[in-house]
Amino acid sequence: MKTNDVILQSAAKLVVFVILTFSAYLFLSGHHEPGGGFIGGLMSAAALVLLALAYDLDTIRSVLPVNYRIVTATGLLLAILTGAGSFLFDRPFLSHAFDYFTLPLLGKTELATAVLFDLGVYLAVVGVTMTIILSIGEDR
Amino acid sequence: MLLHAAVLLPLLFTIFVPLLYKAFPKLHTGWAVLAVPVVLFVFFVMQIPGQMNGGSAQSAAIPWIPALDISFALVLDGLSLLFALLITGIGALVVLYSISYLSRDKEAIHRFYVYLLLFMGAMLGVVLSDNLIVLYGFWELTSLSSFLLIAFWYKRDRSRYGALKSMLITVAGGFAMLGGFVLLYVMGGTFSIRELVAGLDGFSGDALFVPAMLLVLLGAFTKSAQFPFHIWLPDAMEAPTPVSAYLHSATMVKAGLYLVARMSPVFAGEAVWFWLVSGVGLATLLWGSYCAVRQTDLKAVLAYSTISQLGLIMSLLGIGSAAAHQGMAEDAVAAYAGAIAAALFHLFNHATFKGTLFMVVGIVDHETGTRDLRRLGGLMALMPVTFALALVASFSMAGIPPFNGFLSKEMFFTGALKAAELSLFGVPGWSALFPIIAWAASVFTFIYCMIVVFKTFAGRFKAEALDHKPHEAPLLMLVPPAVLASLVIVVGLFPGLVAGSLIEPALAAVLPAQADAYHVKITMWHGWTTELFMTIGVVAVGIALFLTLRYWQGIYALLPGRLTFNRVYDGLLRVLDRGSLFLTGRYMTGSLRHYLIYIFAFMIGLLGWMMLRLDVLGGGSPVYAELSFYEVVLVAVIVLAALAVPLAASRLTAILLTGAVGYIVSLLFVVLRAPDLALTQLIVETVSVTLFLLCFYHLPKLRKEMAPLPFKLGNALISVGVGLVVTTIALVVSGARKFDSISDFFIAQSYELAGGRNMVNVILVDFRGFDTLLEIMVLGIASLGIYALIKLRLADGEGGERLENK
Repeated sequence: MKTNDVILQSAAKLVVFVILTFSAYLFLSGHHEPGGGFIGGLMSAAALVLLALAYDLDTIRSVLPVNYRIVTATGLLLAILTGAGSFLFDRPFLSHAFDYFTLPLLGKTELATAVLFDLGVYLAVVGVTMTIILSIGEDR
Repeated sequence: MLLHAAVLLPLLFTIFVPLLYKAFPKLHTGWAVLAVPVVLFVFFVMQIPGQMNGGSAQSAAIPWIPALDISFALVLDGLSLLFALLITGIGALVVLYSISYLSRDKEAIHRFYVYLLLFMGAMLGVVLSDNLIVLYGFWELTSLSSFLLIAFWYKRDRSRYGALKSMLITVAGGFAMLGGFVLLYVMGGTFSIRELVAGLDGFSGDALFVPAMLLVLLGAFTKSAQFPFHIWLPDAMEAPTPVSAYLHSATMVKAGLYLVARMSPVFAGEAVWFWLVSGVGLATLLWGSYCAVRQTDLKAVLAYSTISQLGLIMSLLGIGSAAAHQGMAEDAVAAYAGAIAAALFHLFNHATFKGTLFMVVGIVDHETGTRDLRRLGGLMALMPVTFALALVASFSMAGIPPFNGFLSKEMFFTGALKAAELSLFGVPGWSALFPIIAWAASVFTFIYCMIVVFKTFAGRFKAEALDHKPHEAPLLMLVPPAVLASLVIVVGLFPGLVAGSLIEPALAAVLPAQADAYHVKITMWHGWTTELFMTIGVVAVGIALFLTLRYWQGIYALLPGRLTFNRVYDGLLRVLDRGSLFLTGRYMTGSLRHYLIYIFAFMIGLLGWMMLRLDVLGGGSPVYAELSFYEVVLVAVIVLAALAVPLAASRLTAILLTGAVGYIVSLLFVVLRAPDLALTQLIVETVSVTLFLLCFYHLPKLRKEMAPLPFKLGNALISVGVGLVVTTIALVVSGARKFDSISDFFIAQSYELAGGRNMVNVILVDFRGFDTLLEIMVLGIASLGIYALIKLRLADGEGGERLENK
């Protein structure tokens, strides 16, 4: 079945970047505003799914040659390592720390280890969602 | 700390074995591994002086789980030291032997050494642990490594059968033992063996005392292959011969003996202990030696002989326990302590001569390609050195002077005769059986020892039965058994070498209260005693029976006949197999509808019953917030959309309607001022609608289902039930507040403690970070599961079918 998806495809090209940027914003702002790793990850995955719907899976694979199982594993590893990192400071597993730094351009900024953990969550969610959707989508 | 290093060294070294194997393709990995037991052996030898002459035990503890009274506590006393020397000494020789036994080119030797080192560390852990739970952990680790080693040639059916059997029996015993340990903890309030012994008076009269003892004994008997659990040991002989020599003769099977000896200070005062340990030991001794004569496989002879020798040591430990009874005369205490000394001495001797014999059998197998006694014979001229080693070891096992086996067998007779005088526990007549059984079993022992030597090495050489002409083994293969055989002779001639340095400290650990009453003094000649006449009788009758073996061999056809313990084991396994298959087949029908019915019916039943029982509807009237206009509208739309789902004509419509329900729920969250939830719900809904569309793409068109009325009624009943239960819970929960909400804490602290103003996210990544970590882990596992399900089926058309039949 060959369908003409010109409008969807053209729109998707633009919209995907908007969604991805928004997901990055959601992820980074999660500490103070609504958002976070889980929502950000889902949002990114949704952008990729949109691409998959507008084009097809082969296109996705050639544009983004990523093994999403490894993305999941990286995310999990990052989350665990962040948790284990607190052992280095003789604190219980998953103790977080934060402090305020003055950075160039950004001014006074809060940096927290929780963001690293959240990045793990983000990657894991993207990996999991894409693994599931791609493997079911490929199954003919 | 050094003790901990000693236990952990073999375990840590396992990591390097595969690396060494890869990095040095020319080198036989065994040479690198050899360093571990040698270093440990030297370390433990250096500990001997510290334990001699009443030296105090060394101990070291690392706290592990203090809340559960579990600490990684190690204690080195005489008994532990004796075992540690056996484990590392024989271990070193076995590794050396395996270098020429297992070829690097043909066998997966890196796996072999990993398992072997795993075992070595675990076994050291067993004999050095003071904490019962840690001991149990190491104990099961020895079972596991034994399983892996027996199944080393896992492509053979018999190997897998033997491995599974040994695992099932020893692990079942291990579980019983764990139960016993827990009971001991309940009574004594500690998992430390030394503290249990110290606080013994407080709980020895407890009603749980005897059950705890029985459970612990069950663990010891299964591990040490005592009657009737001995059946796993002959099948374990499928392992490579170095493993049989090491695990299934010299060390692991002696873990049970170790446990009995170690727990003696706790339990020995009990009459049940005396009768069970000595009785089971004697039964094993007799049955093992009787069965050994019948075998035609050299290794099977040695397996039954090991069983019988373990029984001998066990019975001595039992007899010796009488020393711990109240009101014993001084000389009687000394005599029974002598039985324990005999047990420890024989334990050492058995490791030397049986180790030699296993290695000799390995050489014969290696050189001739068979272990079948019917095909062997006349190897004396071809393999003179091997023959000499076999002769020394067998004669020692048969109890012939001047070898070390003679000494411990004499001491065994002394113990048995002493036990016959015992009228402490009930009927005196029974104890007269002790020396009779001991003597009869010794006759059989003598016969199978002769079989091992003379049927293999004497007689006619059957060249036609062998594939190629055998010749003497390489030097490297002869060194380890030669070392052990020279120990057999040296210890036989100069028993004082080990009596004071090894046996006495070990005895002091088994009988701490009676240690002063007895000093280990072993001599070859003690006059024309009853024991000596018994030995002469054994030799005379043994020779006569060996020569006339073919005339009386017929009794083996009559006894044990059809009913053997192996049949019981196989039968039980079959019943278990079929029973579980039948039971699983009853409810695992493969119909999704059935599974959903189970789940929902269970939920309705359990929750509904609990709600009725607790009368949740009657108590208190919940206060509900007022509904706003938006909320009413949104809920109305949700209800309409949900009602439309079952009426939808196509799948696409149904999916979109379900999606609509989800989207409106997220709108509801917006109205209720939960932006995080709303956002998440919105994206989850989007992704899942896509997913549904992808899945349903493959399904056939929706058709009108023509189901019978009862079927539809059943569905309706369940769906209405679920709806009712869930709605009731939702209503009741919002009305009942048994505890203060934790929200206030989060509201107050999320910025203070975690530096974040978004409370939801702070909870996710910080306050309840562990939950999140495990949740993403579950997600990852689920995605891999889905991936595997789909990819495996794609790999080849018959994939699923083929895998299920495996």
